[in-house]
Amino acid sequence: MAFAVEIEDLTVAYGDKPALWDVDLRVPQGVLMAIVGPNGAGKTTLLKATLGLIKPAAGSVRIHGQPYEQQRRLVAYVPQRSSVDWDFPTTVLDVVMMGRYGQLGWLRRPGRAEREAALAALEQVQMADFAHRQIGQLSGGQQQRVFLARALAQNAEVYFMDEPFQGVDAVTERAIIHVLRKLRAAGKTVVVVHHDLQTVPEYFDQVALINVRRIAAGPVREVFTEANLRATYGGRVALLGANGSAGAVTTPTPAPGD
Amino acid sequence: MELFTDYTLRNVTLGSMLLGAISGLLGCFAVLRRQALLGDAMSHAALPGIALAFLLTGQRDPFTLLLGAAIAALVAALWLLAIVRTSRIKDDAALALILAVFFGFGLVLLSYVQRQPTAAQAGLKSFLFGQAAALVERDLWAMLAIGGPALALIAIFWPQVKLISFDPDVARSLGLPVRRFEVLLTGVLVAAIVIGLQTVGVVLMSAMLIAPAVAARQWTNRLETMVLLAAGFGALAAFIGAWISAQGERLATGPVIVLAMSALTAISLLIAPERGLLWRRWRLMRQWQIGNGE
Ligand SMILES: Nc1ncnc2c1ncn2[C@@H]1O[C@H](COP(=O)(O)OP(=O)(O)O)[C@@H](O)[C@H]1O
Ligand SMILES: [Mg+2]
Repeated sequence: MAFAVEIEDLTVAYGDKPALWDVDLRVPQGVLMAIVGPNGAGKTTLLKATLGLIKPAAGSVRIHGQPYEQQRRLVAYVPQRSSVDWDFPTTVLDVVMMGRYGQLGWLRRPGRAEREAALAALEQVQMADFAHRQIGQLSGGQQQRVFLARALAQNAEVYFMDEPFQGVDAVTERAIIHVLRKLRAAGKTVVVVHHDLQTVPEYFDQVALINVRRIAAGPVREVFTEANLRATYGGRVALLGANGSAGAVTTPTPAPGD
Repeated sequence: MELFTDYTLRNVTLGSMLLGAISGLLGCFAVLRRQALLGDAMSHAALPGIALAFLLTGQRDPFTLLLGAAIAALVAALWLLAIVRTSRIKDDAALALILAVFFGFGLVLLSYVQRQPTAAQAGLKSFLFGQAAALVERDLWAMLAIGGPALALIAIFWPQVKLISFDPDVARSLGLPVRRFEVLLTGVLVAAIVIGLQTVGVVLMSAMLIAPAVAARQWTNRLETMVLLAAGFGALAAFIGAWISAQGERLATGPVIVLAMSALTAISLLIAPERGLLWRRWRLMRQWQIGNGE
């Protein structure tokens, strides 16, 4: 099997407190993978360390078989919506065009090619009508779609998304899942930090359960079991379906307080 | 107008306007990158640099003193970064600490310099609150020599600077050398500070960096416009300040410029369309009336 992402022995610490410990993760090409785990489990840290935004204490990352540093162009990142200031003076179209800046080259200004790529990406997330809006005027769901469009404008092979479904409206959730499926159909790989355990079996092919360490990873049918969820969430998971056995589609919800 | 015909007044007016425009423009990035406090700390940190440069060289030449100021401000910024990276001290506490240490040290050095018998030390104290009235043509050239390259760098790397100011994580994931740009933007901020030291002084300088950006943000939603507007506001405040203090009351130009800038900012915060306080209040009233009219 060809792997889009191969993470080996990844260890990250903030000060002397480990946020990730010796994590191995392989993502096959062309799948949608969810990363789940409780708050503070290190999911965001995993994405950031994979993308070189945090320097890991140890570990290596390969994308499509080559070290990440040589494959940046194949990778797009959708950070958590709250990671930027939405009052920044700029428009939707401008933000989406930023996805092209990696290929812009020095001394060049974004021009027609960048504009068209950005508009096409906005079309895919049903935000074309908002191209000239100030970003501060958008709802949370619209902001999320703009971030997604910026990643689409990069035309990457592998996408890392941090909580794209967090606090979005139903329209946005459907729009995002539609885009994810189209990406998969085009053979792209998408890794999504996801907080809603109920929708994991419906939305994703693979799942990685993370709590500082990697608890389990693999196809949802095999890995998304009650035992693994308990190991990840420390027994604070209430399974709604009585059948918590492997292979069955369970509908677990995290207990209040997560 | 004699502000532009009288030789001395012309230097004061043009110099102040140059300072207002350059620091207003460059200050936008400090505000947008949430580094307004860093600008303040670096302004204060420039003082010991000025005093040391004078003590070491015995010269009151603007280039020498401003070089000392720039080095001290950069050392302060780097030190701050090191503290935040290697200790558990939060960045606002570290900022306060650096500001106090550098400024206190600067004041001590200044009082020592002040007691030296040489005539050359005269006027060093003016770096505290600035002394626009002492601006000569040479100072204007110094401002241009420092501000010109800073502005040129921003213009050349405009798309990259914009992206890094908005979303540094994504910028890095796209392969941009974000660290180097952060150093560049800090250097640019230092340049802006250094330019203003003679005119408004280390204590009030941060106002000239921050206030024009805050005022300009009220009137536009485009970064390009905001940056130009901030430059315009800075220059306008400087012109008003120079004009008021030329009216014979012998008011210190620097503080009057800062006051004028504060007034422009207050007006912008109140009446700017869409974002202004009064404008929003008015719109609420309208909605309320329409709601009641039905
Ligand atoms: N910049 C940081 N400095 C110090 N600790 C951090 C930092 N970012 C995250 N952490 C800590 O690392 C752990 C993992 O955080 P994170 O990766 O954001 O978790 P998740 O995304 O799974 O909620 C948490 O305990 C968090 O408090
Ligand atoms: Mg997170």
